Parts: sequence; structure tokens; C-alpha cells
Amino acid sequence: MVKFSEDKLKEVQSMIDRYPEGKQKSALIPLLHLAQEDFGGWLSAETMDYVGSLLGIEPIEVYEVATFYSMYNLKPVGKHVFEVCHTGPCMLKGSDDIIAYIKTKLDIKVGETTADGLFTLKTVECLGACGYAPMMQMGIDYREHLTEAKVDEIIAACRNKQ
Amino acid sequence: MATKLLLAKAHVEGIRHFEVYRREGGYAAVEKALKMEPAAIVEEVKKSGLRGRGGAGFPSGMKWSFLAKPEGVPRYLVCNADESEPGTFKDRYLMEFLPHLLIEGLIVSSFALGSNRTYIYIRGEYAWIVGILEQAIAEAKQNGFLGKNILGSGFDCEIYVQRGAGAYICGEETALIESLEGKRGNPRIKPPFPAIKGLWDCPTVVNNVETLAAVVPILNMGGEEYAKIGVGRSTGTKLISACGNINKPGVYEIEMTLSVEEFIYSDEYCGGIPNGKRLKACIPGGSSVPILPANLLLKTAKGETRLMNYESLSDGGFATGSMLGSGGFIVLDEDQCVVKNTLTLARFYRHESCGQCSPCREGTGWMEKILTKIENGKGAISDIDLLWDIQRKIEGNTICPLGDAAAWPVAAAIRHFRDEFEWHVNNPELCQTQNYGLAHYADPIHVPA
Amino acid sequence: MSEAVKTVKVTIDNITVDVPMGTTILQAARMIGGDVVPPAMCYYSKLQGSGGKCRTCLVEVSKGSEADPRPMPKLVASCRTGVMDGMEVKNMTSPKVEDARNGVVEFLLLNHPLDCPVCDQAGECHLQDLGYQHGKQGTRYEFKRRTFEKHDLGPYIQLHMTRCILCYRCVFTADQLTDKRAHGILSRGDHAEIATYIEKSLDNNFIGNVIDVCPVGALTDKTFRFKNRVWFTKPVNAHRDCKCCSGKVTLWQRGEEVLRVTARKDQWGEVEEWICNECRFEKKKTTDWTIEGPTHVSRHSVISQGHYENTIKPKETFTAVHGGRNPQLLMDIHSVSEVNDPSIDLSQINGPATSDVYNHSTKQA
Repeated sequence: MVKFSEDKLKEVQSMIDRYPEGKQKSALIPLLHLAQEDFGGWLSAETMDYVGSLLGIEPIEVYEVATFYSMYNLKPVGKHVFEVCHTGPCMLKGSDDIIAYIKTKLDIKVGETTADGLFTLKTVECLGACGYAPMMQMGIDYREHLTEAKVDEIIAACRNKQ
Repeated sequence: MATKLLLAKAHVEGIRHFEVYRREGGYAAVEKALKMEPAAIVEEVKKSGLRGRGGAGFPSGMKWSFLAKPEGVPRYLVCNADESEPGTFKDRYLMEFLPHLLIEGLIVSSFALGSNRTYIYIRGEYAWIVGILEQAIAEAKQNGFLGKNILGSGFDCEIYVQRGAGAYICGEETALIESLEGKRGNPRIKPPFPAIKGLWDCPTVVNNVETLAAVVPILNMGGEEYAKIGVGRSTGTKLISACGNINKPGVYEIEMTLSVEEFIYSDEYCGGIPNGKRLKACIPGGSSVPILPANLLLKTAKGETRLMNYESLSDGGFATGSMLGSGGFIVLDEDQCVVKNTLTLARFYRHESCGQCSPCREGTGWMEKILTKIENGKGAISDIDLLWDIQRKIEGNTICPLGDAAAWPVAAAIRHFRDEFEWHVNNPELCQTQNYGLAHYADPIHVPA
Repeated sequence: MSEAVKTVKVTIDNITVDVPMGTTILQAARMIGGDVVPPAMCYYSKLQGSGGKCRTCLVEVSKGSEADPRPMPKLVASCRTGVMDGMEVKNMTSPKVEDARNGVVEFLLLNHPLDCPVCDQAGECHLQDLGYQHGKQGTRYEFKRRTFEKHDLGPYIQLHMTRCILCYRCVFTADQLTDKRAHGILSRGDHAEIATYIEKSLDNNFIGNVIDVCPVGALTDKTFRFKNRVWFTKPVNAHRDCKCCSGKVTLWQRGEEVLRVTARKDQWGEVEEWICNECRFEKKKTTDWTIEGPTHVSRHSVISQGHYENTIKPKETFTAVHGGRNPQLLMDIHSVSEVNDPSIDLSQINGPATSDVYNHSTKQA
């Protein structure tokens, strides 16, 4: 069963308290972030129903929102998710080569997860780091000025953490 | 050195912290504002000639004066920190390095507009900045600049940070409001405008981060003094985030009297094009604004020097000009392919369309498919004309400006680089291994290798 | 304070009409009626918040108002734009509108499967009408059309997502008629779809109304699925005492068999009164109903070809314009032509009539 810890529930309440009386639905987007972090990096229907019940809204209102925003994972993902930007400014600085390199290095296609469940590769649209291109997001961190050597380092560091 | 009103203190050690920021003269604008009438602050902003720094360039003082003030209904100020326009990363820089400047601007603006609950809506990917801002808010509160009865003025104000979750469209103010209400980021059909019916149906002002930060120097120096900086209706300073093929990408604060040429080639700013390459084209105001070939970028069609400001960059209209937009300055060197670049932007807009209205939902995907075809050497000349017709039928016919934003880059690319598109069609194999190069858009400036 | 609603003057395609303040351009056009009414695919007057999305009702405002006569810079959605006193609007008379509308129709049909031959909505489909009036022959779209995973919405409602134009009407219907909405718009952009996310049947007692508000064949009546083409069925108005709804419906019959029950619709294709699921799905016998008589159907509709309605001969207009005089034969065609000579009985000629036969028979005569 999905359920936040007591501490997390306090955090939930403080999120809801940011809004005027009766406007608790506004906390939906931050709450989904919290749930995604807490319940395995993705949002199952069960998780979404639980978030809906915390806010007193219908499940469909949660699904509508969760499927709209690109940061929510609706399927399980690897432990480390590489979200490489490939919009104009990053493309000008060689993001295509970085994506190709990661693909070969991890032997997966875009959108796939490695067999060991460690890495997922995604391409994403502009993340607001155009001056530090090419770049990718990993969890809440940005990895900027990517080169093949830097990608190697990142992958090695992730593997070492195991 | 050019005047720096926003970033002057960006490199002061520890400026992220309240004590340092305060020691450097921070929060003086709040002290000054709380002794003024709210209407007088609005008046100062009007006098300053400040224009919205998010992209549209609408006069901020005028926007503020539209705010309805019905009895007994709360009013809200919302800070738009959803910075998502490709090429734009100036708000991120400002929030990351000078969080207190934004908080100070927000307190002054909240007081001017009568907002007791003010929200910063920040794009979800800027997750680490949320912590920086919340820290700054907590420090301001500890020191009596936020919370109940600020500095004994009787004015109460709380600032909350709301994180988005990945949607460019939430930078559109009504989509942002919907998202803040915990809904899908579908832009609302206007009218009513947020100034009348915004957040939770209450009167609301939505302003960009840089706009709200600029309120601080305006209050400190007075609207009239602020208006003396810059030229014409481009007053004050502007943050430009420069990226692409330049030696020194980054965020620069400029006076709007600076020439585009100096901005690109001077060592104080972009530092020229790397590897001795030549300038091919530039998207001067974020990905939505028209791309300009080098020859139209540095000089207007009339042969005048083009400056980094609202009027000069739009000189010549869309036929030979562009826009200052959000200040996302994207430079393309001679090795870049305009078709490929346009394709990635078309893909971006297709990905970010909310899907509510038909021209944008269907048109953006159609343009992306045709551009993919041309890029892969499978296009026909008729595809270029079709592309032109599609963008024409999207532009102006959608609920929100995303339709225009998707149409303009395609239109401008065809307008100025049609020969490159035709070359792709006529050289289906060659275009897979080689780029078209500069053609007759050569940069008139000689740059030593 | 005066209680009287202020009326304003608005001119649409050169026809001026007085309407209450707060009326939308589209509603004002409907008051005028006829060709000046812009088509509406997403707007639904009975659903709050609807409209503005499909962009088919775009019109040109050539004069904002008496007070501010500047034209509006862009075409506006007439369903969501209020009239102002002295406003001048161009719909049929604007080439800009015609061009934009052509574009919108093309966009709406871009990914539409055009499976009308197997679609239950055919014959009463607003997208068919729109395509017929404002569309072009053929498409310039050469790519694979969008498809979706199939979702089952339960025993009553059939969802064909590929046909959906995302008008959001069914979402508003569920929000405004039922207490718990179970379906909605998922995903975004060109992947946006109507769905329930988790497999779930829609079973609220008023949810069947989503079928009636759907402008296309995306939501159809499962109990009527593939039973018949609508133009072979005969619509009759009927009612019954119903505890939940007005019980006023249209029965779609073939002979004595009731194939389908729908709400009654007005001339804009909008439901007059919502009906409950029991009336819609469970009452399929004529004995369940008190029949009132044939439903009036516009003579432009394919459904009217069944001639089930009392055929009334069009009124003779000629006598009216001639001041009551009966028309006189101005000239007998046979005085100058031998074609169709009344003395020749074509039915007596063997085989198809040809000029040779004709010449032969005239010679004989």
C-alpha cells in the first residue's frame, strides 16, 4: 500500500497550507513530485489515487494532470534517468553526438532502460541551460558542458554508487 | 563599463545570504516603498517605462494599472519563473545568484498591488533553485521583511514557491494560473484577462522574474532616472542570455543602446564566434522570434546599425526584422544547418502544444513531419510552399501565442533561407553529409582566425 | 438601478440586430439565423465554459464598437467574444475568415480517419457538414494518421478516439451533469485523448448525454452500434413519465422497432433537455413511450430523404408574384422544337430511345 510517512504527511500539510481555504487542489503538482520521489521514481495509478484522496479530488483530476506534465513518469524508470536536451541551442552544440554516444555506451535506445535497471535514457526539450550546452538532467541535478569523457565519468560514478 | 542595475552585485561573495545582501544596500527599496502610497509605486513603474521582460514587452506600469480592485476580493501577484523559451536562461541566473533581489522586488510589487499572498511559479526542472528561493524567503521573514505587519507598516505578505512539472505552455500567463490551481496547463480563453479574473477567479498580475527584479532599482533611483537609461521606449537594462556558437555563452546585463555587432564580437560580451568561423544567422530573442541572416542582423534593411533593443531589433517588421523577445540570443555559425535548426524548434513546439485548439495541435505536428522529410532529403519543392501555408494558417488563429511562436520560426527560416531549403530538396544525398554553408548571407565583418 | 437589460446593436454580415448586452457574437448570429451563423464544433450553449477551442467559428471584427471603432487585430472566436454596441462583424463576407476556416477544417480532418462508411455518426455528423461546407476535396497530408490504444468505456458508450476532435464537450457534460467525473483529457498536444486512464466503465445515470453532445463519431451509442444507418431510421418525438429526467426524447425507428433513443435536439444540433440512461438505453419498445409524431428534420439533412415527415408541397410562389393571376403559357416549346413531341409515346419504343429511333418514329408519325 502506498502511504506517506508521518513526516512526509506533515510536509504535505504544509504544502496544502500555502493556498487559501478550499483551494487545496493547487497542491496537486507539488504533491505529485513528492509522491514520485517517495514511491520509486514513478507514479502508479495507486499512487495517483492516493494523492487524489489526500486532496479530496477525483482520481481522473489527478490522471489528467499527471499525464500533461512531462516530468512525471507513468512507467517505472531506471535508477538513474539521463534526460538529454536536444532542442535548437543544445543541438547547435552537439547534443546529437552526446545522445548517440550514450546510446552506444549503454546499448539502449532513447526511451529504454538498461537490463540491470540502472539507467534510462530520454531526450527532452529545452531545460533552460542553453549557455551551458550540451546538457542533461539527472534527478534534480543538471549536468552541463557534456563531453564524451564527462559522460563516461558520470556513468562510472553511478555504477560505483551501487 | 555599462550600467548594471540588476547584476552589479552578482559576484559579491555570499550575496545569496540576507546579511550580505542587506550590507550591500539590499531591501532599501522595501523600506522606501512601505512609506509610499501603493498608487505612487505604480506611478513610478509607469514613469520608468519598464516593459515586460518575459518576451511580450508590454508596459509593466500599464499592466499594473489594469488590475481590478473590487472590495473584499483578494488580489494576487504571481511571479512567472517558468522560463522555458529555448535560448533563455537569464531568470535562472538571477534567481540562482541574486535570490534576494527577486524577493525584494516581489515585496515591493506585492505592496503596490495589494497582494498578501504572492506566488513564484518556477519551472519544475529548476528544482535546486526552489531551495535557494525558499531559503531567501525564510531569511527575509526572519528579518521582518515578510510575514505579518512588515516593518510596522501594517502590510502582511507571504511568498510561496510553486514548482511546475515540465510544460513550456505554463509560461503563458493563463496556463500558468491554471497550473497553479492544480490543473492541466491549458491556456484560458481571453477575455476575461487575469487583471479581472485570474488566480482562483481573483484579480491577478503575472510578471516575469526580471521585470519584478527591475522594480528594485526603479524604486531606488526613481522611475524618471531609470527611464534615462537606454533609448526610446527601451528603457533601463536588459538581461540577455547568449548561447549557440559564441566564445562566451552566458547571461549579460546590457544597456539597450548596445549594437548587436558589439554584443557578438566584443570580449566584454559574447567574444565572437569560435574557431574563426563566420556568423551565419541569429535568433535574437528566444526561439519563437524570427531568425535573421547575418546581413540583416548587424544592420537593418535601411542600412542602420542594429541595436539590442525592442525597436531596433523589430525594425523592418517580420520582413527584415525580428524581436527582442525574452532576450534568448542564439547564434548560428557557418557550419549550422537552418533546416535542422528549424526542425528541432518545430519539434519543440509540437511537444509543448497543450492540444486544446486545432490549428496548434494538428499544425505543429504536421510542420515537424514535413521538416523531417526535407531534412532527410526526401522533400519536394511543393513541401516548402505547403510549410509556408500551414504556418500562415496557424498564426493568429490559436487560443494563445504558442501558435504564433510555432509559426514564426518556420516562416522566418523560409523567408530568409528558402534557397537552403531548396538545396536540401535538390541535393537529397549531399545534404545528408554536408551543410549548405553561408551562401550569400556572409557576415560582412572580417574575423581573423 | 434599472432592471431592464441593456440592449446593444451589432451588425453581422451587414445585418443589424438588437441583442442584450453580454450576448456573444455567435449567439447574436443565431438570432439572425441563416448563413451568417458561424459553424461551431466545440461551443455548446448548454455547457458552461465550452467553446473557444475548435476555432471554426472565427470571425473578423471590422469595427470594435461605437466607442472604440478600431478593428480587432486578429480573428476572434465568435462563441466566446461578447458583442459591443455598434460592433461590426464579418463572417460570410470576410475572405480572411473563409481562408482561416478552410485551414481549421483541414486541421480538424488532418488525423481524422474518414471512416464515415462504417461510422454510426455518419448522416448526423457535424464534421461531415463542416467538411462539406468549408472543406476542400482531397488532403495535403501524406503521413500516417494518428491512432490510439483502444479504451472500453463499458456497456453503453463506444469510444473511437481516432475520430475525436477534442472539443471537451463530453468533459463539461460529465462535470456539469454528474457528480463524479470518471473520464477526462489525458496527455497533451497531438497525443491528448479522451480516456479514463484505468479501465473503467462510465455508468452515471446521465453520462449517456455525452453521446448526444459529441459532434463526431467519437462517442456513440453501443446499443445502436452497426444496427442501421441513421438515414434509414425514422425519428419520432415521444415521451414517458420518468422519475429522473424530462422523459422527452426522439425515438429512431425502423418499422415498429425502436433502434435508438436520443435527446431532442434544436436547430443548432444541441440537446433541448438532457435525458437519463434508463430512457436512452433501456426503453427500446414503442409500448414504453407515448408517441407524439415525426421529429422535424431540416430538409438539408440526409435524414430527411426518408420522407417520413408529412410531405408538404412547397407553396406556389408564382401566383403570388403575379398579383394573383394564374401563370399563362408564354410559348409552347413544341411550336419550335420536335423534341419530346407529345404525340410520341416513348414507352412504346423497343429498347433505349436513340436519335435514330426518334427520327424513325417521327417519320412514321
